[in-house]
Amino acid sequence: MSTAPQTPQGGEKLPKEHYLNATYGIRSWLLTTDHKRIALLYLISVTFFFFIGGIFASLIRIHLLTPGGYLVTPETYNKLFTMHGVAMIFFFLIPSIPAVLGNFLIPIMIGAKDLAFPKINLLSWYIYLVGGAFVLYSFATGGLDTGWTFYTPLSSIYSNSAVTPAVIGIFINGFSSILTGLNFIVTVHTMRAPGMTWMRLPLFVWAHYATSIIFILGTPVIAITLLLAGLERMFHFGFFNPAYGGDPILFQHLFWFYSHPAVYIMILPAMGVISEIIPTFARKPIFGYDFIAASSIGIAVIGFIVWAHHMFLTGQSTYSAVAFSFLTFLVAIPSAVKVFNWTSTLYKGSISFDTPMLYGLGFIGLFTIGGLTGLFLATLGLDIHLHDTYFVVAHFHYIMVGGAIMGYLGGIHFWWPKITGRLYPEYLARIAAIVLFVGFNLTFFPQFILGFLGMPRRYHDYPPEYQVLNVMSTAGASILALGYLLPMIYLTWSMRYGKVAGKNPWPATGLEWTTDSPPLTENFHETPVVDWEVYDFVHRPELGLQGSVSKKPAPAHGDD
Amino acid sequence: MHRTGELYGQFQTLEQQKETASLGMWVFLVTEILFFGGVFLAYTINRSTFPMAFGIAGNMLDLNLGFANTIVLIASSFTMAMSVWSAQTSHKKLVPIFLILTLALGSVFLGIKVVEYKQKFDHHLIPGHSFDITYCSKNPAACGLSGKALEDEKKEIEEGIQAEKSKPTDSDESGIVALNAHAQLYFSLYFGMTGLHALHMIIGAGLLLWLIVEAGKGRFDANYNTPVDNIGLYWHFVDIVWIFLFPLLYLINRHLA
Repeated sequence: MSTAPQTPQGGEKLPKEHYLNATYGIRSWLLTTDHKRIALLYLISVTFFFFIGGIFASLIRIHLLTPGGYLVTPETYNKLFTMHGVAMIFFFLIPSIPAVLGNFLIPIMIGAKDLAFPKINLLSWYIYLVGGAFVLYSFATGGLDTGWTFYTPLSSIYSNSAVTPAVIGIFINGFSSILTGLNFIVTVHTMRAPGMTWMRLPLFVWAHYATSIIFILGTPVIAITLLLAGLERMFHFGFFNPAYGGDPILFQHLFWFYSHPAVYIMILPAMGVISEIIPTFARKPIFGYDFIAASSIGIAVIGFIVWAHHMFLTGQSTYSAVAFSFLTFLVAIPSAVKVFNWTSTLYKGSISFDTPMLYGLGFIGLFTIGGLTGLFLATLGLDIHLHDTYFVVAHFHYIMVGGAIMGYLGGIHFWWPKITGRLYPEYLARIAAIVLFVGFNLTFFPQFILGFLGMPRRYHDYPPEYQVLNVMSTAGASILALGYLLPMIYLTWSMRYGKVAGKNPWPATGLEWTTDSPPLTENFHETPVVDWEVYDFVHRPELGLQGSVSKKPAPAHGDD
Repeated sequence: MHRTGELYGQFQTLEQQKETASLGMWVFLVTEILFFGGVFLAYTINRSTFPMAFGIAGNMLDLNLGFANTIVLIASSFTMAMSVWSAQTSHKKLVPIFLILTLALGSVFLGIKVVEYKQKFDHHLIPGHSFDITYCSKNPAACGLSGKALEDEKKEIEEGIQAEKSKPTDSDESGIVALNAHAQLYFSLYFGMTGLHALHMIIGAGLLLWLIVEAGKGRFDANYNTPVDNIGLYWHFVDIVWIFLFPLLYLINRHLA
């Protein structure tokens, strides 16, 4: 176990010219087409929405400290959980890893100068801002109370809150996702450097490729669905309105056709991050590269045929419920393939517990809990008991917060030296990672029990016997909040005062670690040629690793 | 990004750049298919649930205008294809001519659509409080109905009212309420689908305008014609959507009575 990140060369200096100092001024940022700068613009904006969503979450947890909750009225409570969901899902979780880390890394990882469509990349950020502005307008003018799911006819007819601007905002924001996904797919197809074959792509890129498939196939469906609901609300059209003979359940089908795959949009990129972190800090090629790559695509594909498991209690036919239950179990297979491959990679590895690794290991544990409890919910009989209880809330927060956000923060810490050229205070970062892990579990594990005991979600009140568990959850949430604030502070601090990182501080094997930190605007001094296999620590003497983890003698570079 | 001739900085070769743009367009069209897919699904489900009301409501559309628009749009696809061909074979002068023809035909389509929408408005067929499926049979003069057409219309509405009663004991009143409701569903879908299609036409017309200006400068030839090619793909896609919309909205159950 190493105590500090290794800096093999020692006494590093920042490169003279890099993407951050290439040009100056606000215009050079707002009109940039550099994927790395756009990634930083996204980093700032998703962090903003994360804190908006976080404030709502805090208010919810404070309200639930006591039965009967004295903080807000029931109507306000409905708005709080709705706005928490809308801000977190559409404006933080979905864009977080793809638009920040994916944007920054995919071109560098495949040895390209930029994404295929740099202007479209910038456009997608502006679309995100416009969508975000509409949603903030909705929040500021009374908020909305429909739940983030916008079920009709509540959202389209009966709700007296600011649904329309929120629906417009999410509709607009969808095009940001679509364009990002389109950009990634085309980039991976056409922009790879010489020697960067498909089977040499980092698993991070594979995960983003799978995510992009969902972006382009799923997002248009939520766009049209919300558009129809919006038209129904604004112009008295009747697509889902029972008064016209329309079917509200159709809205749910269309909504979940996107929104179930959307949870894979949130988790797949995090899995990609973990697939990079684990081999790096186990100093070992990843176990079962092909299977992890294929399982990403598998999750994306199967993810599209499980949506009706959100609707077991809508009175859909038993046969289709059985089919969707079975298909949902199928998703567990590619997910488990990943978990087993990560743990197999750890086996006999030379493991160091640097900050990204703490997030990586945390992810594996929390994702496993979140995934397995998903199987409880996929079970038809059990779902009748657990549906719309805190068990569901705990389940998806284990995936979304324990999985996606742990992956996001792990990735931010892992690539921070590449993004800024500087290291963060390692000791403090490890403490923050542990604080987060503890706070997270204390917040959400009691919610599994609450749900199992029968506490429904989305209620502003609960019987007094549930108070102990609710207090635990709120206490955990305050620890969790500290865990989020700490990285904010020391990462910002490190941008100026952190130790200079050098090209490859960990060291890791990806192409992104062969260029400067921070990289040039063009990413590489000259087009790289890839002549090594992915995650190969053995045949890379330039990484400066002393003990080879392989038993066979390392042949000279290029002999393989 | 730095421009070196026609090659953008992120690419190595012109060939790579062209391939990238083309793939990007195809991927975009996939997202468009899914986008329209949602509303086509809503249409299909409701059509099979309310075949009678949808048939009657569909008969309220003006077949002549719809048919004329179909011809206009297919012709515009032809002129679009010709402009792509002209660019690919370096007939630089022909490119803007065919593009202008395409834009003109597209505008004719939108013009006819405006006439149709106006007509629906006059016939009280906009979903909402004043919607009345029986308006034309009650006010034949306002709709220009007379003779056999009026008789057919009245008979059809009568059959619809009988068919929409869920129980034999229901009054004619409940039959007309149900027919009116379900017909509104049809017209919601009609305006939703044709409106989305028209919006795509308007975006396409804007793209054509830009293309005409560029083509006027003689920018497109056998070496470089990616924008013509890609906007052509988009234009054809929008046409194909109409090729599905026309039979679904105008032709099914045309001779119900």
